[in-house]
Amino acid sequence: MFTVFEALGSKLQGVFDRLRGRGALSEADVNDALREVRVALLEADVALPVVKDITAKVRERAVGQEVIRSIQPGQMVVKIVHDALVDALGGKDAAKGIDLAAASPVPILMVGLQGSGKTTTSGKIALRLRGRERKKVLLASLDVHRPAAQLQLETLARQAEVTSLPIIAGQTPLQIAQRAMETARGELYDVVILDTAGRLAIDDALMDEVAAVKAAVKPHETLLVVDAMTGQDAVNTARAFNEKVGVTGIVMTRVDGDARGGAALSMRAVTGAPIKLLGAGEKLDALEDFHPDRIAGRILGM
Amino acid sequence: FTKRKLDDEALEELEETLISADLGVAASQRIVAGFRRTRFGREATDEEIKSALAEEIAAILTPVAQPLEITPGHAPHVVLVVGVNGTGKTTTIAKLSEQYRAQGLKVWMVAGDTFRAAAVEQLQVWGERTGAHVVAPAKHGADAAGLAFDALRDARAAGADVLLVDTAGRLHNKTALMDELRKVVRVLKRHGEAVPHSTLLVLDATTGQNAVSQVRVFKEMVEVTGLVVTKLDGSAKGGVVVALAQEFGLPVHAVGVGEKAADLRPFEARDFARSLVGLD
Ligand SMILES: Nc1nc2c(ncn2[C@@H]2O[C@H](COP(=O)(O)OP(=O)(O)OP(=O)(O)O)[C@@H](O)[C@H]2O)c(=O)[nH]1
Ligand SMILES: Nc1nc2c(ncn2[C@@H]2O[C@H](COP(=O)(O)OP(=O)(O)OP(=O)(O)O)[C@@H](O)[C@H]2O)c(=O)[nH]1
Ligand SMILES: [K+]
Ligand SMILES: [Mg+2]
Ligand SMILES: [Mg+2]
Repeated sequence: MFTVFEALGSKLQGVFDRLRGRGALSEADVNDALREVRVALLEADVALPVVKDITAKVRERAVGQEVIRSIQPGQMVVKIVHDALVDALGGKDAAKGIDLAAASPVPILMVGLQGSGKTTTSGKIALRLRGRERKKVLLASLDVHRPAAQLQLETLARQAEVTSLPIIAGQTPLQIAQRAMETARGELYDVVILDTAGRLAIDDALMDEVAAVKAAVKPHETLLVVDAMTGQDAVNTARAFNEKVGVTGIVMTRVDGDARGGAALSMRAVTGAPIKLLGAGEKLDALEDFHPDRIAGRILGM
Repeated sequence: FTKRKLDDEALEELEETLISADLGVAASQRIVAGFRRTRFGREATDEEIKSALAEEIAAILTPVAQPLEITPGHAPHVVLVVGVNGTGKTTTIAKLSEQYRAQGLKVWMVAGDTFRAAAVEQLQVWGERTGAHVVAPAKHGADAAGLAFDALRDARAAGADVLLVDTAGRLHNKTALMDELRKVVRVLKRHGEAVPHSTLLVLDATTGQNAVSQVRVFKEMVEVTGLVVTKLDGSAKGGVVVALAQEFGLPVHAVGVGEKAADLRPFEARDFARSLVGLD
C-alpha cells in the first residue's frame, strides 16, 4: 500500500507526466499540482486559510525553480511542499523546550479546550522538570468545575514525585493561583505549574476567569494544549486563546494516535507561538520534543 | 437581499464553507457536485442558497438521527460507552443517567476506567449528582471486564433498568488497548449474546478527519451501535458526522452541548445541517 506521502508524490508525478507531452509547462500547469497539494493538506486537517497561504508559497517557489524541466517534477514539488511546511512550523532548528529563564518561582499556565490533555501534560512537564532539570516543582489545580479534577492532578503529582498544592474546597481559581504563588515563594519552589479547567474559546465568563488568573500571576509561559486530532476549528481556538491570554507555546497531545496533525500548522500560523512539546501517550514519561520535519512528514502522510 | 448567480465561484465558496466545517474534501465535493447538477446558473440570495444546501445535507443526516431506545425489559439494558481519550465518555454517561432517572428508571453505572487518575472518583461524583448507583473497582488498575461482569450480575439482582458501563479512553490504533476492550465485551456476553445491548462511540465535535478512522476501527472491534457527538456548544461544527453518515450509516443518538448533566440533546438533522452552512 502507498503511504499518503508516496500517493501525493505519484499523484503529482502523474499530473506532470500528463502535461509533459505538450512540451513547455506553464504556470497554469503548476496549478494542477497545487490542487493535489491542497487536498492532501486538507485531509490532514490543516485549516483552509492556512492551506491557502502554503499553496501560495509553494506556487511561488515552484514557478521560480527548475521544476518544469526536472526529470521528476512531482518529487520536486513534494520537496518544496515539505520545506514550506517545515518553515511554517518554525524552521529546522525549532526544537525549543520550556523557557525557565525568569526569577523563581517561574509560573507556567496551562490552558485549552475541554479534554485536550492539560492535566496529564501538567504532570508530564512536572516529571520532566523534576528529573531532567532538577527543579523543585509545585503543581496546582485551578479546576473547580470538572468532578475530581483536583484529585486527578494530586494523583499525578504523586506519580511524578512532586508536590501538589493542598486542596481547599470553595476557593476560586484566582484564589488558588495566588495561594500557589505565595506557597512557592515561601517554600522556595523553582517552578509552579497551574493547571486550569477546560474551556471553550467562545465561553466569555470562563475566558475572563483565566484572563484574570493570567493578569494576577503573570506566567512566564502560557501553554495552549491541543489535541492532534483537532480539525478546522483549530484556527478559531488558537486565535481566541491567543487574543485573550497570549499563548507563548503550544503542546500537541495524542501524537501516539494516527491523526495526521495538521492542526499543528494551523495553530502555529495563527498564534505565531512555537510548538514546544508533544504528548505521545497516557503515561507521564510520554512527553517528546518537537521536530518540525517529523510533523511535516506526518502531515504529508510520510 | 441581492441575488447572485450560482456560478463556479459561488459553488467554490460553498465547498469551502463545508470544508471549514470539517466535512472533509470528498464529502464536500460530493455535496456541491449534486448541487451543481440541479441548480447551476440559477439566481438566488445567499440565504436561499445556504438553506437549499442545508436541506441537501439534512437529507443525508435524517436517516441516522435516531434516539437511543432503552428496553427496560432487558432489566437492565446494558450500554457500553467507548471512545478515544477525553472525548466526553464519562460526562455523557452522567447525562444519560440524568435523562433515564428523569424517566423514573433505576440506573446503575460501572466505573470501568480503572486506569486514569481519579476516573473512578469522577464517575462517583456524577453518580451522586444524578442519583445512580456506582459500581467501583476495589483497587486501581483492576480488571475492567471482571468488574463489568460482576456489576451486571448485581444490577440484575437489584432490579436495575439501565447499566451504563464507562471505559477508559483508548486510541483506536493501540492494539493491546483495543483487545482489552474486546475482552470487556466478551466477558459481558457470558450473561447473554445480546449484551451489551448498545455500544456507544463518543466523538468530540472538535475532531477533524480522524473521526472516520475512529469509527471504522471501533465499529470493527466492538460492534458500535450508535454515536454521540459532544462539545457542540463550542465553535467546532462537527461536520465530519456527514461523512460518517455517508460511509457508515450508524445512528447518531444524541449530542452534548455542555458540561452539565442536563446538557444532552437529541440529534436534530435539520438544525445540525443549518449550523454547518452557517445559518442560525
Ligand atoms: N493517548 C494519549 N492520551 C492522552 C495524552 N495526553 C492526555 N491523554 C489522555 O486524554 C484524556 C484527557 O486528559 P486530561 O489531562 O484529563 O485532559 P484535560 O485537558 O485536563 O481535560 P479537562 O480538564 O476536562 O479539560 C485522559 O484519558 C488522558 O489520559 C496523549 O498524549 N496521548
Ligand atoms: N463544552 C463541553 N464540554 C464537554 C462536553 N462533554 C464533555 N465535556 C468536557 O470534556 C472533558 C472530558 O470529559 P470526560 O467525560 O472526562 O471525557 P472522557 O471521554 O471520559 O475522558 P477519558 O476517560 O479521560 O478518556 C471534561 O472537561 C468535560 O466536562 C460537552 O458536550 N460540551
Ligand atoms: K458548534
Ligand atoms: Mg484537566
Ligand atoms: Mg472518562
